Amino acid sequence: MLEIRGLRANAGDKEILRGIDLTVRAGEVHAVMGPNGSGKSTLAQVIAGHPAYAVTGGEVLYEGRDLLDMEPEERAQAGVFLAFQYPVEIPGISNAYFLRAAYNEIRKARGLEEVDSMDFLDLLEEKLRLVEWGPEIMSRAVNSGFSGGEKKRNEILQMAILEPKLAILDETDSGLDIDALRIVAGGVNALRRPNNATVVVTHYQRLLNYIVPDRVHVLSGGRIVKSGGKELALQLEERGYEWIEEEVAAS
Amino acid sequence: MSSPVETLVNKEYKYGFVTDIESDVAPRGLNEDIIRLISAKKTEPEWLLKWRLKAFRGWLKMTEPHSWPNIRYNPIDYQSLRYYAAPKTKMPLGSLDDVDPKLLETYQKLGIPLSEQKLLAGVAVDAIFDSVSVGTTYKAKLAEVGIIFCSFGEAVREHPDLVRKYLGSVVPASDNFFAALNAAVFSDGSFVFVPRGVQCPMELSTYFRINAAETGQFERTLIVAEEGASVSYLEGCTAPRRDENQLHAAVVELVALEGATIKYSTVQNWYAGDAEGRGGIYNFVTKRGKCAGANSKISWTQVETGSAITWKYPSVILQGDNSVGEFYSVAVVNGKQQADTGTKMIHMGKNTRSTIVSKGISAGQGQNSYRGLVKVLPKAAGARNYTQCDSMLIGNRCGAHTFPYIEVQNSTAAVEHEASTSKIGEDQIFYLKQRGLNTENAISMIVNGFCKEVFKELPMEFAVEAQKLLGVTLEGSVG
Repeated sequence: MLEIRGLRANAGDKEILRGIDLTVRAGEVHAVMGPNGSGKSTLAQVIAGHPAYAVTGGEVLYEGRDLLDMEPEERAQAGVFLAFQYPVEIPGISNAYFLRAAYNEIRKARGLEEVDSMDFLDLLEEKLRLVEWGPEIMSRAVNSGFSGGEKKRNEILQMAILEPKLAILDETDSGLDIDALRIVAGGVNALRRPNNATVVVTHYQRLLNYIVPDRVHVLSGGRIVKSGGKELALQLEERGYEWIEEEVAAS
Repeated sequence: MSSPVETLVNKEYKYGFVTDIESDVAPRGLNEDIIRLISAKKTEPEWLLKWRLKAFRGWLKMTEPHSWPNIRYNPIDYQSLRYYAAPKTKMPLGSLDDVDPKLLETYQKLGIPLSEQKLLAGVAVDAIFDSVSVGTTYKAKLAEVGIIFCSFGEAVREHPDLVRKYLGSVVPASDNFFAALNAAVFSDGSFVFVPRGVQCPMELSTYFRINAAETGQFERTLIVAEEGASVSYLEGCTAPRRDENQLHAAVVELVALEGATIKYSTVQNWYAGDAEGRGGIYNFVTKRGKCAGANSKISWTQVETGSAITWKYPSVILQGDNSVGEFYSVAVVNGKQQADTGTKMIHMGKNTRSTIVSKGISAGQGQNSYRGLVKVLPKAAGARNYTQCDSMLIGNRCGAHTFPYIEVQNSTAAVEHEASTSKIGEDQIFYLKQRGLNTENAISMIVNGFCKEVFKELPMEFAVEAQKLLGVTLEGSVG
């Protein structure tokens, strides 16, 4: 589904990604871990097409298409979803209006008919249950005045409605208390399908107790320096990131 | 990969066409003879001609305001303009049954069908073309409940006492440079009178169209709501695309007697000039309402998207006790547009309340200023004002400015002022793009959200219209 080869990217003059290789197949959950500043969030943003980063080398194929050649909205319409680390506030626009607009844009791009607000309401009700929310959240402006936990939950709600093929969760666990973490992880697990894939970007192993990954990758200095099964995450939890960095330095 | 928020391309102005119709125009220049000519064309009574001439003599002693408004323009050569232009038609104007088809077609093209069958249900329209009213719809139906809705010229002829009583009672002829000019040469406009206790059953609206070249438009609107009456009034405006600037100096006066409510909404879309700043309308307008009686209310809502320069401050004089004044404004500048707009709330009566919500959006090289005065006079015990003044910037070459003036002379008054400035960030746009919206839709959504508090004050159909207009004005504002 996703094939990243030798991906390099800069923020301004600074090189942040220095040759990333990563393959994600349908049905898989991958965890990308690493210390602060290792390039985890940059990787997530580059896949989604954030204009602040310039790709300087390598390629990214998504379902065989050149992802880097697509506008961010085209990527979204093709099924790539980024759950933001810092979701943005859109004052004055209700959550319901925003979600329906996004849902319809994606349907339109796929040649499907747009849904009216009544039909959308039915869909919404079902998805709200997934994140254990009542309908009152829908009349509030997008992320405006939301707590950190509510913003993250809202990201998962959007993901549930847009049903992406490739979901990237950028530090979705940061700032969540244990209940919110359970709800968010429950939502992600409920959305797992054999034909979609999830990339979980996180600093801590904690989230991976709830969302069990097939593969774990450790990012350091803009490269993936170690990959393994879910047990790698536990090792990191126990020993920190230093031993890997030392291992890399030694080799 | 970078998509910096940058240069804009001016979107083609949809209403820039010219109607090819023969006009009866006054010779260039401004003097007492021209004023006599205008007055004669309109077969006005002597008192009105005298009023005009007095205004003109006052105007001659005034100077064009250049120092205090935050706008730049070359002094206008008033002798090079024409002050009267009326389409030449075989039939007399005023009745819609026999209007020149060319004029009907013009309004059709503007989306304002004038035949009552095709009209938006529940909206009566007075159509003003250059210096004259083409016709007014639903006049008879409104007359059934005692409401007078007609062109200003007709009001002078048919209801001279009412006009004489209220004309200049809110905006005196000597009020300011452009108001004095208007008083001297005003051509037509709308007149509304809602008698005691009557709730106007439909929205009233005027559609202003400038067509003739090198002609100023000087219309005058007077709305009177008697005790306990209420009315909602809308105005829309467009003009052809021309390389010269055209002057539009209008005056609007509102009078609300005890317990009356007047709601006045404007969607202003005059031609704004091209990308280099050539042409466009100078929209120099004086709008003021007087809450003359206790418990009366005047509410201004404006969406200003057009004009090369906008200079206007719809204001409320809160004379009656417990009266309420409101001002809701969205002003958008793009390209080289300039706007200096805001309001004045003058609290005179006890427990008078006012609310000001101003949303300024600047894109391209546009300069947008909010200028507002909240004045509480010594007798206005318990007066309250709330002002919220928000600016949004799109790109790096535009400007937003705020000039709030607060004068409080009563210690029991409470005045609140909140202001914010934000920039449409790449992060906001990227967030919406990541959810599948393209850049234009993303900006439109962000801006509409920003303006929501104002749009919700507009009558339904016009809120939709305003949202679309905003989208068009800002199209291409982000590279």
